[in-house]
Amino acid sequence: MTDKARVSPAQRLEGDAHSSNAHPLLQTVNLTKDYPGVRALDNMNFELRHGEVHVLFGENGAGKSTLISMLAGANTPTSGKILFNGQEANLASVHEARELGISAVFQEFSLIPQMTIAENMFLGAEPTRGGLLQPGQQRAKAEAILQDLDFHLAPGRRVDHLTRAEQQMVEIAKAFRTEPSVLILDEPTASLTNHETEQLFRLVNRLKERGVGIIYITHRMAEIREIGDRITILRDGKYIDTVDAKTTSDDDLVTLMTGRVVGQIFPKVKFKPGEIILQVDDLHTPGAGGVNGASVTVRRGEIVGFAGLVGSGKSKFAQACFGSLAIESGKIRFKGEAVAKPKTRDMLKRGFMYLPSDRRSDGLMMMRPARENISTASLDVPPFSNGIFLNRRAEKKITSDLADQLNLSPRKIEREAGQFSGGNQQKLMLARSLTRTFDLIVFDEPTVGVDVGTRAAIYAFIAELCEQGVAIVLISSDLPEILHLTNRAYVFYRGKIQAELADDEITENNLLSHFFEREAA
Amino acid sequence: MTDQNPSSSISPGRLAEMSKRLFVKLGILPFLLVIAVIVFASMSDNFLTGRNLMNVLRQSVYLMIVSMGQMLALLTGGFDLSVGTILALTSVVGALVMASVYAAMPDAIWLAIALGCIAGVAAGTLIGVCNGIGVAFFGVSPFMMSLGMTSVGFGVALFLTGGTPVYGMPQAFGDIFGFGTLFGIHSPIYVAAIIAVLLFVFLYRTRFGRYIYAVGGNLKAAQLSGINTRSTLLWTYVLCAALAAVAGMLLTARLDTGEANIGASMPLQSIAACVIAGVSLRGGVGRMENVVLGALFIGLVQNGMNLARIESYLQTVVLGGLLILAVIADQIRLRYVASLKD
Repeated sequence: MTDKARVSPAQRLEGDAHSSNAHPLLQTVNLTKDYPGVRALDNMNFELRHGEVHVLFGENGAGKSTLISMLAGANTPTSGKILFNGQEANLASVHEARELGISAVFQEFSLIPQMTIAENMFLGAEPTRGGLLQPGQQRAKAEAILQDLDFHLAPGRRVDHLTRAEQQMVEIAKAFRTEPSVLILDEPTASLTNHETEQLFRLVNRLKERGVGIIYITHRMAEIREIGDRITILRDGKYIDTVDAKTTSDDDLVTLMTGRVVGQIFPKVKFKPGEIILQVDDLHTPGAGGVNGASVTVRRGEIVGFAGLVGSGKSKFAQACFGSLAIESGKIRFKGEAVAKPKTRDMLKRGFMYLPSDRRSDGLMMMRPARENISTASLDVPPFSNGIFLNRRAEKKITSDLADQLNLSPRKIEREAGQFSGGNQQKLMLARSLTRTFDLIVFDEPTVGVDVGTRAAIYAFIAELCEQGVAIVLISSDLPEILHLTNRAYVFYRGKIQAELADDEITENNLLSHFFEREAA
Repeated sequence: MTDQNPSSSISPGRLAEMSKRLFVKLGILPFLLVIAVIVFASMSDNFLTGRNLMNVLRQSVYLMIVSMGQMLALLTGGFDLSVGTILALTSVVGALVMASVYAAMPDAIWLAIALGCIAGVAAGTLIGVCNGIGVAFFGVSPFMMSLGMTSVGFGVALFLTGGTPVYGMPQAFGDIFGFGTLFGIHSPIYVAAIIAVLLFVFLYRTRFGRYIYAVGGNLKAAQLSGINTRSTLLWTYVLCAALAAVAGMLLTARLDTGEANIGASMPLQSIAACVIAGVSLRGGVGRMENVVLGALFIGLVQNGMNLARIESYLQTVVLGGLLILAVIADQIRLRYVASLKD
């Protein structure tokens, strides 16, 4: 441990302009959490002031989630203290934390899908009179909160009918049932569109003015700049440093986080556009909110970006071409051959791979070993099998080679997928695309919930595939990825292609203008 | 969590930690087996004799075969409540066909036996085909589908026999498949052993076996990996039913009659054998070797209770309790897995 780490942030920032309050709003003193065999958090000294946005920054597994789960009362520390307004607080349960006004919005949604928005918001604190529920009152209160937050959601709608972004909004609204004094936001924008993100930031700023302290976890640099006041960096469960958000450079942050100099996150890709691999004309998928007449061309040796809002059809388009979503009409040609009705197994055989965005629900078998997760799409071809019998030795050899190549950590291919961190789970998915030769690989949101270090590795991985002559489609809601990695980009809007941009035309302004063009009109 | 210092060499805490790791790794079955052997051996001197243990093996064979099939259904995240009915229907149809062929051609003993077995197994497997089609193509929940088929199959079996046992099978059938021995080992044990070996190769050496695990592990991910999930589900239920049907024919040989009333305890006992062996009810997790041991364990407990003269009604109480205990243990194990992680 460095000497720096022994000194609490309060001491280190002595002489800084203090707020009018004598005590910080929330403070941890030597907070430690042990799991058998692992120290998840090691003597953490963290301090949150009134009216600041304090960003927690660190790789996956650095201890951020452990820290906030203890602050929110969802987990109890092994040793150390938590001070609330200078007084020791015993946060034994989420309920007690809430009494103090500490509300958390976790990444994993705590919503009950079969209930309405209002029912979810007041779960555990339903307004009653004489022991009877008051649905009307509950609805009115929910309505008021949603309106105050400027979320356009009807409180009577069922949660399972909402999009992921809307569910995220409900989750945030839930935290506002009581007036919060501390609000913890764990990657709240991961599934929000830019528009919704702006709304959230306005809200955060309003709360700041009211003196609410906000703990904010994000992997996105741009967000840190936009709303962060101070940043505390964690690494391997240890406190590293607390820095000013406005004056610290990206490179410094990454260096602090990883403990090494990562350099450029985005690689320089040498594009060599070759023959057409995928050509799609006027694709339609059945039902509302699907693909509604989109045409796309993808060539060998290029990275084609699909940009657009959540629900714009960019993901559905790729799924339809891959055969996991039904097609109503349209022509698909893959490697020059017409495909009337794509089927996933057939498309995989032809050399088309689609890596889904939602690792948990669509991508991995969480209770199966990493080895099986990597090999699952190629079990019907040599060397994994001779058609019927598996070649287990070859499977083991290839998957452990891939684990080496992708720097899987820990490098245990028999470990269950669910026990890896988010970034390493993503690596398992990436490894899947190397188990046989593919001509086209579609990456759907490959870096959601992945730390910067792993991100750089994923980008390098994609770039290398492209330079080897694989056609790549990159579906992303993260604009910098589209800006820095692609040589062509399609902007999707309501199931149609709004614009096709190439090379120098791919700028933030150009992309964004097409995101909203018709919505503004 | 223990308060013991983990670095101290051999202490009670160390032992507790070790058994905890063993529990996480192997599940509750080894512990139950050890406890059962100690308890029953102390209650009866006859329990730990070679003859008695062979007896246990012979009696457990039917449950073992059914449990292996049940495991397949559980691995995909479903289950099959109709295994008992499959046993009954197989027994009735097999016995009826065998008896009538034998009556028509008293000299063609082997033809009668062969036709009877084929007809019986086919009838039982047909239930599995229905289950599979319902679950895989119409999205009916395995619970409702197999529950419905239980009623259908049982009704058909009673209708065919009028509720009375079917007699008139050739003597040789029972002599060979029910009571026959080779090198002192009963013939049903050979059948179970062959099935176990084939199923092991199928599950762990072919890609179809892996697909069963994948479908139970994550249906959507399996689909996106190019696995035909519908056909995988269909074949799972067909295979499950076929295994139950084989057990049904073997039991018919043992009883020498076709009965519509056998197998009622099979759904519970086969699921219990799997769960005690660590097969997850959520799908995707479980090893075949353990399931064989799980079925053996249930046989062992029944045998031990018989020797200890525990009344048969009370025995069902014990079995139900064991099943619930196993599920609770599985939950505790999951919690340990989360805390141990390495």
